Amino acid sequence: MSLLQITNATQRFGGVVAVNNVTLHVEPGEVFALVGPNGAGKSTVFNLISRFYTPAEGSITFDGHDLLALTSDRIPSLGIARTFQNIELFEQATVLQNLLVGRTRHRRTNILSEIFFTPNARREEVKHREAVEQVIDFLDLQAYRDKMIAGLPYGVRKVVELGRALATEPKLLLLDEPASGLSVEETQDMAFWIEDIQKQMGITVLMVEHDMGLVSAVANRVMALAEGAELATGTPSQVQSHPAVIEAYLGTSGIQKGGQNAGEKTTKKAANKGGKAA
Amino acid sequence: MRFVFKTSYDADIRWFKHGPQMFWYGLLLVFMLALPLYFVWDGNPYLLGEFTGVLIFSIATMGLMLLTGQTGLASLGHACFMAMGCYANIKLLESGVPWLISFPLAGLLAGFFGTLIVSPVLRLHGVYLALATLAMAIITGDVIDLTERWTGGVAGIAVPDISIFGYQINKYANPYAFYYVVLAVVIIVVAFYRNLLRTPLGRSFAAVRDSEVSAQAMGINLAKTKATSFFLSCTAAGLAGALFGHSAGYVTNETFDIVMSITLFLAIVVGGLGFIHGAFLGAIISGLIPVLIANGRTMLSTSFDINLNIPGLESAIFASIVIAFILFEPMGIYGRWLKIRTYFELFPFYRKDMFKRQKSYLKTERVQ
Repeated sequence: MSLLQITNATQRFGGVVAVNNVTLHVEPGEVFALVGPNGAGKSTVFNLISRFYTPAEGSITFDGHDLLALTSDRIPSLGIARTFQNIELFEQATVLQNLLVGRTRHRRTNILSEIFFTPNARREEVKHREAVEQVIDFLDLQAYRDKMIAGLPYGVRKVVELGRALATEPKLLLLDEPASGLSVEETQDMAFWIEDIQKQMGITVLMVEHDMGLVSAVANRVMALAEGAELATGTPSQVQSHPAVIEAYLGTSGIQKGGQNAGEKTTKKAANKGGKAA
Repeated sequence: MRFVFKTSYDADIRWFKHGPQMFWYGLLLVFMLALPLYFVWDGNPYLLGEFTGVLIFSIATMGLMLLTGQTGLASLGHACFMAMGCYANIKLLESGVPWLISFPLAGLLAGFFGTLIVSPVLRLHGVYLALATLAMAIITGDVIDLTERWTGGVAGIAVPDISIFGYQINKYANPYAFYYVVLAVVIIVVAFYRNLLRTPLGRSFAAVRDSEVSAQAMGINLAKTKATSFFLSCTAAGLAGALFGHSAGYVTNETFDIVMSITLFLAIVVGGLGFIHGAFLGAIISGLIPVLIANGRTMLSTSFDINLNIPGLESAIFASIVIAFILFEPMGIYGRWLKIRTYFELFPFYRKDMFKRQKSYLKTERVQ
């Protein structure tokens, strides 16, 4: 049985159909990538799984649980962790504290035992810190563990966010553009980590990514989306050579059609300007 | 600069980072414990009363600090919860409940009813929540007026003395004992506060403050966490209110007015948002300024024959101090102290932007 199953999900924002009748399944242990041009609805799929949005139609099940019956803060307890496209860390806290927040789903203490800091609370706290230190070790974050997020460079923040998701000990990891804004070396590190996460930790990964190099290096299967709808699904090379995908990325050949596209673009721009002026 | 070599998880968990830090806080505790001895020797406990007042106020500022500094929820109506604690304590004492039970119970009642009243507006953010709580501060006096049967309304109500196992403590008859009672409460509240900061609940407060979206994505229930923060904050305010009642001896509908609410908020901003130290420094400043102004006035009139009897002078001076802080030192007194310390620790490598702070307190909710 697949780990994550999205069936005929549709999400509309007013008149815009962000996700149009998308069906996908993620098998345990695989790395599944969503690719597509900007505005294709990739991040919206993530937000549907995180339950920030409720789909207009369709169903989402994870590990036998109906996700649509749960609120967004209940999702991590099933074993789904995520990162964000524009890093969403806790700015006024240290790296260590950020990772410790990732342990929320393993909290076994209540407000009373925490306020009195009972021996049990101390034991739990040590356990959380042990788990977090392993993540720090895995991602080479030792140099930053006591630093405030607010002062960290972009590349490190990206890694901290990955670490925070790993600290939840998930079954399914949702990575929203893990390599965006990273240098070539950092992207390579990210590729190795994703591979390790899949093979050593046995965590299933669902990711959105524009960097086709990274996608073909780590992904087992790829789904290409455009304008909210599925274009093609298959291995990275299959999807890359799929005619519909090439069309979505590069447009079709033929001078006349190209001209039409260009014309469309200018009208769009004009419309935008009009909107701004209004 | 001091480097702490951490060899166990306890090094990150325990209250004091290193030995010398423990020594200095120990010294502070000894100083606080020995303080009344000076006044016994001096024979005039007036200033000890001021110290006690500052300590009581610091319990309330700690409560508000937990809410605003730690959880990022602004409240401009905390005197309302102090009033709840105060009147609950009086009523419990009058009905014969011993102080050792009535006092903590008064705090919990303030916490419970405070959270209950606030729960409809907890979904609001930043300025809107501040406005809703401001409204609460405004109606506090009127509600006390309307419930005159229990609260005494405009005429006021006398606060019974503290009685611990038959030992009567009155602020005027026995200021030293009252000081120790307040100090004990302060120490307990600080200990709870510190424990909170090193456990999951305290971290979830910071998570809600800095990014609601990712707090949710990490499994934190926003409504529950905010309500918990309000509960703890109102409980501390209730305890402070109960002690304030004992300190004043007599409370009316004007005791817990809107000025007190705003003073509380300003105190934590001036002290430094997000730090326990800030709560104390703010309490000291807001307690000291009226005393300094009064003394300055006396000095001016006796030594220089200048009479400054301008109404509203105290508020004006306090307000200008606050404006100056928001303009020049948004991190408050404690933030300034941290900067000075870091400057010397890292000399000559200190950078001006090392403490740059994102305006996270009024951030709107966003999803991407």
